[in-house]
Amino acid sequence: MANQLTNIDRRNFLRLTGITGAGLVLGLSAHADGVATVENLAAAGESFELTPYVLIEKSGQITIFNTKPEIGQGTFQSIPALIAEELEVSLDKVTIQHTGGEKKFGGAQFSGGSASVRTSYTSLRKVGASAREMLITAAATHWNVPVSECYASDAKVFHRPSGKSLGYGELAEAAARVEVPKEPRLKDPKDFTILGKPSPRPDVPLKVNGTAQFGIDVAVPDMVYASIERCPVLGSKLVSYDDSAAKKVKGVVAVEKCERIHGVYRSEGVAVIAETYWAALQGRKALKVTWDYQGNDKFNTKTYEQSLRDASKQEGAVEHSQGDFDKTFAEAPVKLEAFYETPIVSHSPIEPMNCVASWKDDSLEIWTSTQVPGRIMDDFTKTYGIAPEKLKIHVMFNGGGFGRRLYPDYVHEAVQLTRKIGRPVKSIWTREDDTRMGPFRPMTFSAMKGALSADGKAIAFQHKVISPTLDMRKDYDKTKADGTMTEGISEQKYEIANMKNLYVHHYLHLPLAAWRAVTSTTLAFSHECFIDEMAVKAKKDPMAFRLGMLTKESDTKNLLNKLKEVSHWDKPLPAGWGRGVAQYEFFAGLGGFVVEVSKKGTGIKIEKVYAAIDLGTVVNPDTVEAQVQGAAVMALTAAVKSGITFENGQTVQSNYHNNQLIRINEMPKVEVHILANGGPRIKGVGEPGLPPFAPALCNAIYAATGKRIRRLPFDINKIV
Amino acid sequence: MIKLTINNQPYEVDASPEMPLLWAIRDMVGLTGTKFGCGMAQCGACTVHVDGNPVRSCSFPVSAAAGKKITTIEGLSERIGEAVKKAWIELQVPQCGYCQSGQIMSATALLKNKPKPTDADIDAAMQGNLCRCGTYQRIRSAIHRASEMIQS
Repeated sequence: MANQLTNIDRRNFLRLTGITGAGLVLGLSAHADGVATVENLAAAGESFELTPYVLIEKSGQITIFNTKPEIGQGTFQSIPALIAEELEVSLDKVTIQHTGGEKKFGGAQFSGGSASVRTSYTSLRKVGASAREMLITAAATHWNVPVSECYASDAKVFHRPSGKSLGYGELAEAAARVEVPKEPRLKDPKDFTILGKPSPRPDVPLKVNGTAQFGIDVAVPDMVYASIERCPVLGSKLVSYDDSAAKKVKGVVAVEKCERIHGVYRSEGVAVIAETYWAALQGRKALKVTWDYQGNDKFNTKTYEQSLRDASKQEGAVEHSQGDFDKTFAEAPVKLEAFYETPIVSHSPIEPMNCVASWKDDSLEIWTSTQVPGRIMDDFTKTYGIAPEKLKIHVMFNGGGFGRRLYPDYVHEAVQLTRKIGRPVKSIWTREDDTRMGPFRPMTFSAMKGALSADGKAIAFQHKVISPTLDMRKDYDKTKADGTMTEGISEQKYEIANMKNLYVHHYLHLPLAAWRAVTSTTLAFSHECFIDEMAVKAKKDPMAFRLGMLTKESDTKNLLNKLKEVSHWDKPLPAGWGRGVAQYEFFAGLGGFVVEVSKKGTGIKIEKVYAAIDLGTVVNPDTVEAQVQGAAVMALTAAVKSGITFENGQTVQSNYHNNQLIRINEMPKVEVHILANGGPRIKGVGEPGLPPFAPALCNAIYAATGKRIRRLPFDINKIV
Repeated sequence: MIKLTINNQPYEVDASPEMPLLWAIRDMVGLTGTKFGCGMAQCGACTVHVDGNPVRSCSFPVSAAAGKKITTIEGLSERIGEAVKKAWIELQVPQCGYCQSGQIMSATALLKNKPKPTDADIDAAMQGNLCRCGTYQRIRSAIHRASEMIQS
């Protein structure tokens, strides 16, 4: 009976993955307590609550399933590497397959929060180690020799005394019958051949010769193209439309309504569907649409920003309190206050939002660039009443994520359109759609208070955040402190006895979204620039002032000491130069920068950038360097380019000409230092390099020019 | 019907003359290595070579490309192009990779004109190509590396 069930489960698995000739399939069981144990899929019986991560076929083909979509952050290498290292196979001998939200692959099928490696490091190594031990046991049994005389290398098991070997494919079936080891022995890191070493990413050659398939590159038979007109005044309602001219455009086959669904934010658009994308665009231009602006055409960011300043006078909800801030601040001999402001910004990945969807009978197939296949599986089966086994999601290479592709609003539109017209639809947003429609990273404003003792020690500190929220639930409680919008402000390691951090919610009707490093991207600016202001007020060197508040051992202290060392902090700079430092710790990890600038006319030039990121453990230092360099570029764009502003309810910006990104000629070199000294907490890679860049830059500008920047964006060519 | 020569292969496309070359290459010919990013020659993701010169195909009418020699990333095969691709892999330039076809096409055109480019040459030739992931530092290094490969 048990065997029968095993066979059924294996068949189910094969059907699910489309892979034939399965031998050994190992997965992870997902326990409620968050601990994962390795299990043999073939022996799973009825339960089948497994995340299959590695499949070894009789042919020798090894497939590793990657539940973390590749968005440029390197999970196509770093996640399979965790298994391959322990399995003793090189990645170039492995097929890597993205999972598509299938229940069997578990609940964490997403890329976000710099979470992929830091949450998988040990559990996926256990998968690989278990497979290795089972293959060795199978070989030892076959040869009738002790297990201790056998070892695995390069996808083979060897018998040391005789030198004979068997390939993993030959062993797979027998290995599947071996009991899964309770505690597989993990390799000693000193024996690693992949982990911790700069390793080439298997997706890079595909991205160099044009063969990497992004969502926008997918074509299926009988496919038509859609371009969707949405109201440029966000928050409007569709009243009516006249599609008579649009339908006369050669190639146009249909005009249909569809709804963009983004949490509580919902809006209807009108899609022109045509045999070519160009025809769809021409048809869209010929549409006549009547919108009801719902009063949102009066909205502009200037007025909204003033309302945020007004809202800062509210007491706010207490996010964190220690000691007695109010009393200490009131009685302090030296105190200071400052107000910081940041803008709305766009994600602007170069691959515009797009989705191919095909609805046939009761089945739906989706091909898209997304960070969240698991979420699409959950949401879309519910929203559209599809059985999970009738929904197939193909996760393509993402042409940039940055948080934008955490939200499948663009997938909803394509799904509705294919359902309506009965043909596969490829919907592509224009760059103008992307720039005008958001969702956007909201601004945060910060009211800062600090107090010093007579001898210049920080004794009281307050960071009050005033902002809209990223929380899109209907039952959002605006009287409570919002953990996402106050991200990190109470997590810094500075030893300041009296602290009271506050949050004031202020409504904004726009579609909003997490952006790479979420709210830390704005809060680190106010937080770390204000710490600098306190240092100046205390007449202390900003690095020494920070280290003076870090008497206990901490990763932050190590990081700042590293930056101090590599930037030669104590070495005098040429006249007209200045240097600044900033660090920020938040849920994703810990990073820091020292930036050096020089005066150049009325502006400044960035001369040198030193970055440090603390990981505890590093999987691919080459990827980490690239991620931190890229984070600095993105942070510089957010600091000195326009951001998104609104007039008459619409974005002023529409494309890259007026929503500019940093270009190659504007970007200085970034020297990256990785701290990977072990420790219990493995930290993230993709985001922590972003938040501390802007404050380090602005602190450097203060040091060089005496000008304190408290509002982003600023014009780097007009400082003084 | 408009006659195109792409990567030395002849094609005929049924396109309106003002349609950008990009959509002919991607949707009609089916070569998807050339990317759509902005539609107004601001990001460079759609860069191809027309008679050897880098052109933003999103803003280049397909009719203007008729009879000319078009090269896309898929057809980049001569010595300089191969060196650029090799350097790109050696230095692991791409992150998300979406802009990289365009970056490689622009870099190849630069090296054809200036086999030993300075940083200023690179700035001038490459500033039309955006990279949201921020791979600029490696792009710069890879162009210098490809230049070395060409010299040797």
